[in-house]
Amino acid sequence: MARSSATDVIPQLQKLLGREGVLSDPADLVVYDCDGLTIEKRRPEAVVFPTTTEATAEVVRLCNRHEIPLVVRGAGTSLAGGCVPIGGGLVVSLTRMRRILEISLRDRMAVVESGVLNLQLARALAGTGFHFAPDPSSQTACTIGGNVATNAGGPHTLKYGVTVNHVLGIEAVLGDGTIVRLGPVFDRAALDLTGVIVGSEGTLAIVTKVWVRLTRDPQDYRTVRVVFESLDDASAAVSDIIAAGIVPAAMELMDRGILAAVDEAYHFGFPTDAEAIAVIELDGLKAGLDEQLTRVAAICQRHNAREVLQAATADERALLWKCRKMAVGAVGRISPSYIIQDGVVPRTRLPEIIRQITRISAKHGIRIVNVAHAGDGNVHPILLFDERDRDSVRRALAAGKELLEQCIACGGSITAEHGIGIEKIGLMETLFGKENLEVMGRLRDALNPAARLGLGKVLPSPDAPKILETVGTCQALP
Amino acid sequence: MNPLLQSPDARPGAALRAAVRPELFLECVHCGLCTSACPTYTELGDENAGPRGRIYLMRMITEGALAPGSAARRHLELCLDCRACETACPSGVHYGQIIEPFRLAMEEEKHQGIAGWDWFRELVLFRLFPYAGRIRLAMTPVRIAQKLGLYDLAERIGFFKLLPGRLGQMATLVNPPVAQGPKLPSFLPAIGRRRARVAFFVGCVADAMFRHTHWATLRVLQQNGCDILIPDGQGCCGAIHYHAGSRAGARSAADANVAAFDLADIDAVIVNHAGCGAMLKEYGLHWRDEKQADRQRFAEKVRDVNEFLDQLGLIPPQGPIEVAATYHDACHLAHGQGVTSAPRRLLQSIPKLELRDLAETEICCGSAGTYNLNQPQMADRLIRRKLENIVRTGARIVVASNAGCLLQIGREVRRQRLPLAVVHPMDMLDLSYRGEQPELPKANGAP
Ligand SMILES: Cc1cc2nc3c(=O)[nH]c(=O)nc-3n(C[C@H](O)[C@H](O)[C@H](O)COP(=O)(O)OP(=O)(O)OC[C@H]3O[C@@H](n4cnc5c(N)ncnc54)[C@H](O)[C@@H]3O)c2cc1C
Ligand code: SF4
Ligand code: SF4
Repeated sequence: MARSSATDVIPQLQKLLGREGVLSDPADLVVYDCDGLTIEKRRPEAVVFPTTTEATAEVVRLCNRHEIPLVVRGAGTSLAGGCVPIGGGLVVSLTRMRRILEISLRDRMAVVESGVLNLQLARALAGTGFHFAPDPSSQTACTIGGNVATNAGGPHTLKYGVTVNHVLGIEAVLGDGTIVRLGPVFDRAALDLTGVIVGSEGTLAIVTKVWVRLTRDPQDYRTVRVVFESLDDASAAVSDIIAAGIVPAAMELMDRGILAAVDEAYHFGFPTDAEAIAVIELDGLKAGLDEQLTRVAAICQRHNAREVLQAATADERALLWKCRKMAVGAVGRISPSYIIQDGVVPRTRLPEIIRQITRISAKHGIRIVNVAHAGDGNVHPILLFDERDRDSVRRALAAGKELLEQCIACGGSITAEHGIGIEKIGLMETLFGKENLEVMGRLRDALNPAARLGLGKVLPSPDAPKILETVGTCQALP
Repeated sequence: MNPLLQSPDARPGAALRAAVRPELFLECVHCGLCTSACPTYTELGDENAGPRGRIYLMRMITEGALAPGSAARRHLELCLDCRACETACPSGVHYGQIIEPFRLAMEEEKHQGIAGWDWFRELVLFRLFPYAGRIRLAMTPVRIAQKLGLYDLAERIGFFKLLPGRLGQMATLVNPPVAQGPKLPSFLPAIGRRRARVAFFVGCVADAMFRHTHWATLRVLQQNGCDILIPDGQGCCGAIHYHAGSRAGARSAADANVAAFDLADIDAVIVNHAGCGAMLKEYGLHWRDEKQADRQRFAEKVRDVNEFLDQLGLIPPQGPIEVAATYHDACHLAHGQGVTSAPRRLLQSIPKLELRDLAETEICCGSAGTYNLNQPQMADRLIRRKLENIVRTGARIVVASNAGCLLQIGREVRRQRLPLAVVHPMDMLDLSYRGEQPELPKANGAP
């Protein structure tokens, strides 16, 4: 495809955004090689920092005129390479659009710019009796725009639903530069295009503003950690709790491998010989919580739980959650590199997929440690390897692929919350089949003609580079 | 081939590439969870201005994949070395151990030869700062101006802007005169039952500008049953040299201090300013030679005064101080030494004092050693952000346990003429033990 290089339009970009709104010195672009996924890298030709929706739209139009691809970046915590400009071109960073525009408790709604951090909103709401429910483990760093783009989930989305359930409206720039406002806050009767854009990972539109629903804080909590003799037992218990009709606010698992890293980081004092720990939280009206807890404990005991310990204080609860949420980030303590998978299976098949993970780990000689939003059937096997050792990279990628194929075989899917990005693009056809992909492609073409926005991401196309082929060819990478 | 390898300002950079142990980079898994804790990233939203990006840049340079050109240097120089990222990082990345030697090598390289001669660094940082006496002398004109009431005028009409950049910055930092108290003695006895025997670290800037706080600290220690030795022969902690790229200068400062304290005779070396404390506690890390073990032993005895009193068990002061106060976490205490709850507990032991939470308390005020002299723009953005948060608490007193923070916050309070007192936790405890009240500036900011 004949297209200009982003370097040709730097003066125009600077005119639009000011000098400080454009990075184009090659040395300034290095750090935009990748996001939370480090095995795939590509350097952008420029990075821009718009501060308004209008300026964002101007950038998109300019790029369209010059046929320059663009990719959106929030906080860059994507674990699927969603921010990597795999198709070349420009990175549009929304980190300077970070004002909370309105908090209306009466309407149970907040209006935020896309670059507002999830945590920033949580802090602003502290003490009001309301909160924004999606609480991804990366919430201290990730942006609301990124949450919307990936339809992020978190421990508490088991009960409260993922991001799409909490978005009332969006303002966005479509791939052709049109500015749209969508969602029930604007028009209840309209076609649900918000639902289409939420989770589209920046391949349909650049979301610049979000109207989010606020959820009332529960009256009370019961948070317990349950120590199991095996991951098998733990997953069976989780499966049974759901089957018993109990809906905890959250139900999370960590295995022995990850617990070691977590305990080193936060000194919680988990038993060092615990094979698996479940963190289970019940919330809601005070009355009835203790009874539910008794039932949960009984189910755990049936599955050989060694101990069921309740967090005694608010501080202890907070620390327990910190341990769970920071677990993935603590992997650096046990391995130089990792890929975290994001498979999801029906909850009844949880024990089965856990056994498969163990088998695959042995088969490929790749150590795997596990965290899981178990209540959702969402497993996060973390594959440990060393980026500098090409062979271990290959084995990790092969193991990861087999893992996701197993998830599909179990009637599940290859992503629950992290997204497809560039990482899982190769499995899209297996999951959806040609026809479905074609429909998705048509939808994309309607909103994002020429697929310039997020080129080479999510939907496979013949000219999109494949991940396994680029490993080892990328220069100058750590 | 990477075009950056041939970039025009490529320098040999061999020293840079050897500055950091490569395995330190491997601890970082590039998750990005640290970014939101970083003051400069929070202000600019640019990966280059965040910890993950900076680690990446240094790693690329170390691995020879990126020439250490001016852009990368600029990004690394903008780092406050506040270590908020270390606190935030779940993987336990030793950011300080990466950036410090790296910047040291950058500075050393920059200042090689005549072309690299920097009057400010050589004359002010190395010749003036580490000596309390000289600082006091140098402050005289500013002090006289303050006494004559001209200082306010000078600041308002921008007189200090006429002084060469960093000197002007420095002049405005000087705090208004307070009764400093006499020179410190060499020994002070415990009051009441003796509970510990400690030695006190005096420092340079701290002694020149905050001797009254030193006295307050000593009185509080006495009240808590401590015999206090104040050994001769000690001097600057070396942090100023170290951060300005003089490893050798810093080492001689360290060795002088190690020699001055007789560790066998004391339970702890007490330090009351976080910047010095963090440096003293790292003596064992910075230089590898035959004296390393001695420095390490010294470092292990060092305690921040808040930390020490909290561990010893504070004898509660009795004098009520009925005022709303807020506590700002000095980076070198919170992130550098992991001390956050001790000072709060101490302050809360003062009867009637209401301690209010400060939003973004963990974000640097922009002082960061000599940062406010070298990066005034970013420092100004950060102090304004800090003041907004402080004002929002409605407190009349802001407490911080570090000279740099006290100066930086104090200057902005004067500039904005805010009715806020800026003090050290030991100043507060001392007042309470003595049954006295703090002096609160009036609404227009007049003292
Ligand atoms: C340690 C760790 C733990 C994590 N835990 C969870 C978890 O529990 N649950 C979960 O769901 N995710 C998790 N993630 C993944 C990631 O944090 C989420 O996907 C998050 O929502 C991304 O937000 P971000 O601001 O970092 O977006 P980025 O990483 O910057 O971008 C993510 C994707 O969204 C696109 N995008 C970003 N902003 C916009 C926008 N405004 N408009 C259009 N497209 C946009 C990007 O192009 C990219 O494809 C975790 C990541 C890490 C590193
Ligand atoms: S320094 Fe720590 S928190 Fe930051 S990116 Fe690296 S591993 Fe993650
Ligand atoms: S030390 Fe402070 S300024 Fe430097 S990267 Fe870490 S958090 Fe940012």
